[in-house]
Amino acid sequence: MEKLNGAAQLVRALEDLGVTEIFGYPGAAVVDIYDELYNSKKIHHTLARHEQGAVHEADGYARASGKVGVALVTSGPGATNTVTAIATAYMDSIPLVVISGQVSTGLIGTDAFQEVDTVGVTRPVVKYSFLCKKPEDIVPDIRKAFYIASTGRKGPVVVDIPKNCQTKRYVFEYEQGGEVRLRSYNPTVFGHRGQVKRACDELLKARRPVLLLGGGVVQGDACNEARQLARMLRLPVVCTFMGLGAFPESDPQCLGMLGMHGLYAANEIMNGSDLVLAVGCRFADRATNNVKKFCPDATIVHIDVDPASISKTVHADIPIVGDARVVMGQMLQVLKDSEIRPNSELDPWWKQIDEWRRIHPLGYTKKEGMIRPQEVIEKIYEKTKDLDPIVTTDVGQHQMFTAQFFKFDEPRRLISSGGLGTMGFGVPAAVGAQKALPGRLVLCITGDGSFQMCMQELAVARKYAMPLKIFILDNSVLGMVRQFQTVFYHHRYAGTNLDFNPDFVKMADAFGCEGFRVKPGDDIGAAIDRALAVKDRSCIVDFITDTNAIVLPWQRADGSMIEMILDEEGN
Amino acid sequence: MRQIISILLENETGALSRVVGLFSQRGYNIENITAAPTEDPSVTRITILTQSDKVELGRITKQLHKLVNVIRVYAQEDDSSGVVEREILFLKVQAIGHGVRAELKNLCDIFKAEIVDVTPEQYILQYVGASSDVDRFLKAVEDSADVIETVRSGVCGIFRGDHSLRV
Repeated sequence: MEKLNGAAQLVRALEDLGVTEIFGYPGAAVVDIYDELYNSKKIHHTLARHEQGAVHEADGYARASGKVGVALVTSGPGATNTVTAIATAYMDSIPLVVISGQVSTGLIGTDAFQEVDTVGVTRPVVKYSFLCKKPEDIVPDIRKAFYIASTGRKGPVVVDIPKNCQTKRYVFEYEQGGEVRLRSYNPTVFGHRGQVKRACDELLKARRPVLLLGGGVVQGDACNEARQLARMLRLPVVCTFMGLGAFPESDPQCLGMLGMHGLYAANEIMNGSDLVLAVGCRFADRATNNVKKFCPDATIVHIDVDPASISKTVHADIPIVGDARVVMGQMLQVLKDSEIRPNSELDPWWKQIDEWRRIHPLGYTKKEGMIRPQEVIEKIYEKTKDLDPIVTTDVGQHQMFTAQFFKFDEPRRLISSGGLGTMGFGVPAAVGAQKALPGRLVLCITGDGSFQMCMQELAVARKYAMPLKIFILDNSVLGMVRQFQTVFYHHRYAGTNLDFNPDFVKMADAFGCEGFRVKPGDDIGAAIDRALAVKDRSCIVDFITDTNAIVLPWQRADGSMIEMILDEEGN
Repeated sequence: MRQIISILLENETGALSRVVGLFSQRGYNIENITAAPTEDPSVTRITILTQSDKVELGRITKQLHKLVNVIRVYAQEDDSSGVVEREILFLKVQAIGHGVRAELKNLCDIFKAEIVDVTPEQYILQYVGASSDVDRFLKAVEDSADVIETVRSGVCGIFRGDHSLRV
């Protein structure tokens, strides 16, 4: 057997786990690891410009590819800079392994230079974390980290490695190790057969059913099963924000997104249903509005791999713990052997649904002398839909407009921070997604506020000549907060004016990107075509949009699913 | 409702902090907690005393199960009558003069407590019992003498009957 030092063992273990891409930022506590990475022919390292960017890039990579994203940062500030990005991945259940350097074991607890209790700081926002105490821990811990990150409800895992464990002075035999087994961690995969049967029975009895798909369907690669189930029983499909793309949105069976800024018909369906089959969602507050008024007539069947998500906010009448793909597979099997009601029995329900769609379709009014943000998203969709793009967003109005006006037909196309709502996610996530899928069209739809939170990562896009399309909906304000101020705070715009924004076109130039501005009266479609034609570097398009736009529909706080503001006058 | 939760977890650095952290992150209260390795030194057993209703208890136990290094969790849903539970109490009391010393000795006999250390001016008393009995003994001693120091171990509990918490 080969004898290797700790740092080399780490790199070898990563290679053996199939890692090909690491996003990171070096520092004193990881310089040994970097020295070994320098030798690796299998792993490519992308140098981020900020540790938060590095972890968002790994996150974007994971979301686009379905693989585990890997980030490498140094101790102290390197590690604390990752906290927001780790929390982002945690809230959206994204498999990440974040490797951080730590001061040498003898210095831990002495307030050494660049020392911070990384395991402690990140504890509430990780699925699990390891502090390697000796070089021999590195390989087993990293293998466990990958196993934990990528199974059950996925999530980020931190592996903190003290500098002296990486040292070249101590070499020992490399053992790859077998299958990881942890007696304290055994995620449930198969659904309870009795519960699955009960769920199928209820589903067949229901006359106003709805299938609600969450991010777990996307992360659990369960979209095929969900589609089969929906088609077999002619179920209307509603998606959570994280579930967009699990079912083709351009299919008439799909009603789009529910929730605070969900579509009118989707919220009406939820409220009017007699059965909700919820898969891989966690009934977050932005999806349910007031849980006491949520789906008053419905039997709730809830399939989730995380038992703690079941009946956490909304009581599940039929809970099923298990992997979304496996459990829906079990349901399909049961249904194949059952006598299925004629799908025409859902005719009255579908008639009602079509009526809801007809009365309040998604829309907006055009305004003379202004670019409406919705119009931009609609045009981007129109121009790119046949190119099957990956779309990353930041957080705010542009994110909700994207969720509403861009129709996602496949999973892993919308990459956005849903749970934590992290501004600054869009650009690095786009970089990560492009790394995962070279040659694919990657769009980043962002706002002028969000864009400024992680824009340094453009340097990475430049370095790799990534042809990202960055569309800024630039309204010179923090639109999402501002719309609250417009409606509920008597137009008192405290702290939401982004006066003195930088010139994004000049900035594009400074970062070696193409950049241009689109003003009211300019041809939006032509601008998008121009951006799409740029192939050798990124292109930033600065759309000057209407400051007063409001995202609608807008559920009233603490109301039911159907208490919605539907027009800009607040009705 | 008073609840006793028993947990088996991997005896690793930081394992206890994850359990305690979960309570504080989710806004649950810990009244007291005891932890020590079991007959298998790689496994720690924790007993937590908490106040919660049934719904909250369900959430706590699910969240505890979810922790990667937790092996088993058990809490009786309805009441704690199915648990044999004990606490240990040490009291350092002022014991000057024949009258006080005799009274303290007398109380210890009645409560089946012990005097485990004696100096010319102080006694250390030891009492083992269910929490409510510990409260009663403490009250009785406070009524008869000046208490200098109180140490309570927190509850240690085991479930009656067939239910066993094992790896």
